[in-house]
Amino acid sequence: MKAFTQHTGLVVPLDRANVDTDAIIPKQFLKSIKRTGFGVNLFDDWRYLDKGEPDGNNAQRPLNPDFVLNQPRYAGASILLARKNFGCGSSREHAVWALDDYGIRAVIAPSFADIFHNNSFKSGLLPVELDEAVVERLFREVEAQPGYQLSIDLAEQTITTPSETLHFAVDSFRKHCLLNGLDDIGLTLQHADEIRAYEQHRYQQAPWLFAGVAAE
Amino acid sequence: MTGKTLYEKLWDAHIVRADADGTALIYIDRHLVHEVTSPQAFEGLKLAGRQPWRTSSIIAVADHNVPTTDRSQGIADPVSRLQVATLDANARDYNLTYFNMNDRRQGIVHVIGPEQGATLPGMTVVCGDSHTSTHGAFATLAMGIGTSEVEHVLATQCLLTRQMKTLQVRVEGQVGPGVTAKDIMLAIIGEIGTAGGTGYAIEFAGEAIRALSMEGRMTLCNMSIEAGARCGMVAVDDTTIEYLRGRPYAPQGELWDCAVDAWRELVSDADAVFDKVVVLDGTAIQPQVSWGTSPEMVVPVGGRVPDPNEEADPVKAEGMQRALQYMDLAPGVPISAITLDRIFIGSCTNSRIEDLRAAAAVIRGRKIAPTLKQAMVVPGSGLVKAQAEAEGLDQVFIAAGFEWREPGCSMCLAMNADRLQPGERCASTSNRNFEGRQGSGGRKHLVSPAMAAAAAIAGHFVDVRELSS
Ligand code: SF4
Repeated sequence: MKAFTQHTGLVVPLDRANVDTDAIIPKQFLKSIKRTGFGVNLFDDWRYLDKGEPDGNNAQRPLNPDFVLNQPRYAGASILLARKNFGCGSSREHAVWALDDYGIRAVIAPSFADIFHNNSFKSGLLPVELDEAVVERLFREVEAQPGYQLSIDLAEQTITTPSETLHFAVDSFRKHCLLNGLDDIGLTLQHADEIRAYEQHRYQQAPWLFAGVAAE
Repeated sequence: MTGKTLYEKLWDAHIVRADADGTALIYIDRHLVHEVTSPQAFEGLKLAGRQPWRTSSIIAVADHNVPTTDRSQGIADPVSRLQVATLDANARDYNLTYFNMNDRRQGIVHVIGPEQGATLPGMTVVCGDSHTSTHGAFATLAMGIGTSEVEHVLATQCLLTRQMKTLQVRVEGQVGPGVTAKDIMLAIIGEIGTAGGTGYAIEFAGEAIRALSMEGRMTLCNMSIEAGARCGMVAVDDTTIEYLRGRPYAPQGELWDCAVDAWRELVSDADAVFDKVVVLDGTAIQPQVSWGTSPEMVVPVGGRVPDPNEEADPVKAEGMQRALQYMDLAPGVPISAITLDRIFIGSCTNSRIEDLRAAAAVIRGRKIAPTLKQAMVVPGSGLVKAQAEAEGLDQVFIAAGFEWREPGCSMCLAMNADRLQPGERCASTSNRNFEGRQGSGGRKHLVSPAMAAAAAIAGHFVDVRELSS
C-alpha cells in the first residue's frame, strides 16, 4: 500500500452533495482489468462535452470549460474539497484509483459513503472528515483565493490553512497502516493460526457453512 | 445483561480476533465473485504468490458485461470480452465453482446465491459489489467490499473491519394491495435519505416486513445501500426456512434439522437495544416513483414533482435544481403526466420470479403503449427465466410487445449493449437513478415491477391500482 504522511497541495472545490461513484468514474471504464490509467476519465461525464469510451483518445476530446477541474486556476490540484456523502453508490474501487491516478492525494468532505471511505485507505488516498460548517468556510476561502493550498499532516492529524490549523479524526489502525504503507494482507496472515483455529471450531458448530460448493 | 440484536449475534459469531481499538478480523463464509471487480484482486494475489484460502467458499459468475441477446456469438465488445475471459481464466486457474455465460444457472450474482441455497442464514457474505446487502434477507451479515478487500478475503478468508451501529427500521401494519417491497423501500429511503443509514447495519422488522416473501425481503435488503447502509437484514422465520428447503447447496437430511435449529436463533432478542429506530406506518405507503437523480428523490405516484424553492436546506435545494434540469422536469408536474420512452424490468432488485409474475399480472391481455420505443424484461437468472417460461409468463410479455431477454445486469448499469440514448426517459425496476447510470444523458425513474408494467401499458406513469380495477 502507498504511504501517506504529509502533503501540501492546491485545493479544487467540487460543490455538489452526494457525488456518486458513477459520476467519479462512469461504468464504461470499469471494463479495464488494470488498476491504473483511470485518471483521464475521472468525472468523465462532467469533464468532457462528448461521451467517453474506454481506450478512446482523451487528448482530442472537447473539455467542458465550466467544470471546476478544467479551470486553469485549479490545474495540478491534489486535494479535493467536496460536500457530504461523497463517494456514495457502488463498491467500485476504480473511483479511488481514478482520483489517485489523476493526482488527488486527499479528499476533504463533511461525510463519506462507507465503502468509498474504506477503499480510499487501500490506495493511500486520505479521506478527511471535517465539520460541515468548517467545510463551508473552506469552500469560501478556496473560491476567494486563487492558488489556495492546504497542508495535511497525518501523524499530527492536522490541516493547516493559510489562516488556521484544524484537527481531524482518523481510525488509529488505518492511520498506522497508511503512515507506514503497510500491506493489510501480510498483516492478517500473521494471524493465520488464529484463522485456522476459528475455522476448526466453527466447523464443529455449524458444518453446513463449509459444505463445499467446489472440491477443495 | 440486555439481549443482542441479530447483527450483534452475527458479528460476535464471526470474530477471529479483535483489537483494542475496535478493528476486528471477521471470518467470511461465502465469497461471491463477478468479472468487474475481481480481475485486479486475482492479479494482486498472483503477483504476491498467494493462493485463495478456501476455494469452496467462492462462487463466481459473469453478469455485468454479458449480452442479453443471443450468446452463441460471444461478446461483441472486445473490452467486455476480455473482462469475462479474465474471469474464465481465473476460475479455471483456481478451480472455482463458476457459472459461465452459457451455464443455465448463470445470472446476476445476487440472484443466483440465494437461488442455489449458497446464501444460508448465519453466514457472512461478501462480494465486490455494493448490492451484496441483498443476501441479508436470509439473516446473514452481507456486505459489498472493494477490490482490495476482495483480494484480502481471497488470501485470508477474513475481512478487516469495525463493528457498525444498529438501526432498526420497523414498518408497522400491512401495506395495501398493489404496494410492494420496492415501494416500502423507496418510501424508507425517501424518509431517512441516502445517507440515513451510513455507518449502520439495518434490520428491517415489523408486520409489513414479516408478511413479505423472500423475494420481497431481498428487494428490501438490496436497496439498503441506497439508504447508505452497507448491510441490511431480516430475521429468520418460517418463510426463510421454507425458501431454502431443497435448494442445491442447502444442507440435507440430519444436517438440515441441525441447521434449522441454529437458524431459529437468528432473530434480535426481545430486549435488544438498537442505536436508532425508525418507524413507518405501512398502511400509509403508496406506490412510489423517483423523480430525480438520487434514490431519495421519490414521491407517491399520485404526487407531483417537488419545488426546490420550498426546500429550506440550500445544498439540498441546489441538488434538486440540478436533478430537475438533468431529468428535464418542472416543479409541480403531476407524476402521472411523465411520459416514457423505454421500460426496463430487471436488475438484482427486481428480476426474480415473483417480480416477473407481478408484472405479468398487470400486462396479461394488454398491449404496451405505441409511443414506447422499447420495453424489455431481463430475468435475474437462467433458472428464473426457465421458471417464467414454464409458467407461460414469457408469452404474456411477448404478446404485449415486450422483449424477453437472457439474464444479466443489462440496462441496470448499461455496461453491455443495453442502454438509454441521451434524453431518453425510462421506467426502471432497478435501484439507482444517478445521472448517466443507464446510459449517458439517460433519464431513469425507479419503480416496482407492477408499476413499470402499468407504465408500459399507459406510456406514462399511472397508479397500478387504478389500472387493475
Ligand atoms: S443488477 Fe445492477 S445493481 Fe445489481 S449487481 Fe448488476 S449492475 Fe449491480
